[in-house]
Amino acid sequence: METYLLVLTVFMIIGSVIAIETKNLLSSVISVGVVGFSLGIIFLMLGAPDIAITQVVVEILILVILIRATISTDNTAIEKHRDNLPIVASLIFFGLFLLFSYFAVHDLPVFGEPVMKVASRYLETGVRETGATNIVTAVLLDFRAYDTIGEATVLFVSIVGAFVILRRQGRKGRGEKDVEKVGILEDEDIKKNFEGF
Amino acid sequence: MTLYFLTMVLFVMGLYCLVAKKNIIKKIIGIVIIEYSINLFLILVGWRKGGIAPILMKGMDQKELVEHSVDPLPQALVLTSIVIGLGVLALMVSICLRLYEKYKTFDMSKINRLKG
Repeated sequence: METYLLVLTVFMIIGSVIAIETKNLLSSVISVGVVGFSLGIIFLMLGAPDIAITQVVVEILILVILIRATISTDNTAIEKHRDNLPIVASLIFFGLFLLFSYFAVHDLPVFGEPVMKVASRYLETGVRETGATNIVTAVLLDFRAYDTIGEATVLFVSIVGAFVILRRQGRKGRGEKDVEKVGILEDEDIKKNFEGF
Repeated sequence: MTLYFLTMVLFVMGLYCLVAKKNIIKKIIGIVIIEYSINLFLILVGWRKGGIAPILMKGMDQKELVEHSVDPLPQALVLTSIVIGLGVLALMVSICLRLYEKYKTFDMSKINRLKG
């Protein structure tokens, strides 16, 4: 079990190295797809089928969005010029980060024996109190429903933001006059607009 | 322990991509990789050896579920986080497309006219 997980995680790391370092943006996006789908397989092996389904669907959507961003633009190849100082500084910082995280992961609960203080109560009373046989659903929609409200709010706001940014209508120069009148109609407008009635 | 460390390696690689690359799409890809690594880490923390999915199947006892199931709490929260990641990615890509329309490039060092 753990060997499979190790192999898949190393596969994810190789995929993300290719995604980061390749020069063509489209192949970089495809490598992100490799990383995401192997993440879905790992979720399936870790006993989380709901997340695996969500991950696969979301990964497809991410690929569609990113390919839309890269394919409609001309310069998919990346120009070669780099500053060495920031890269070296960030590499030193990341090396230190990895060193400290290597010591930090030893203080975590041992892999395979989680601390399930809160979750054991959910598992005991989940089916009886909520009536959902899937405990993840019970947590998501009953025990922690406020989190789900927050999620829906964030999702709504981000989609509205994307829609407003990508919208084409409603653009006029600063000096131009309004094409259509908005608000209370005056008598002439009523005559003009509703002549046929 | 090795798996936890590997997720940290993945996180650092995403952070490197976010900091050192000039291309905006590459930066977005770095954010996506960071999201993946953190989700994987949280699910790994909740895994139990020989664990089953937290679903009460037909003919299964309540006690059996409590003893063998993996931790359902990080799964529920990661489910939230994955969907939020998708929404944020859509917002970022739409901003990038507008930037490309204005500057005809994805290069961060050429997007430098701050006046609207």
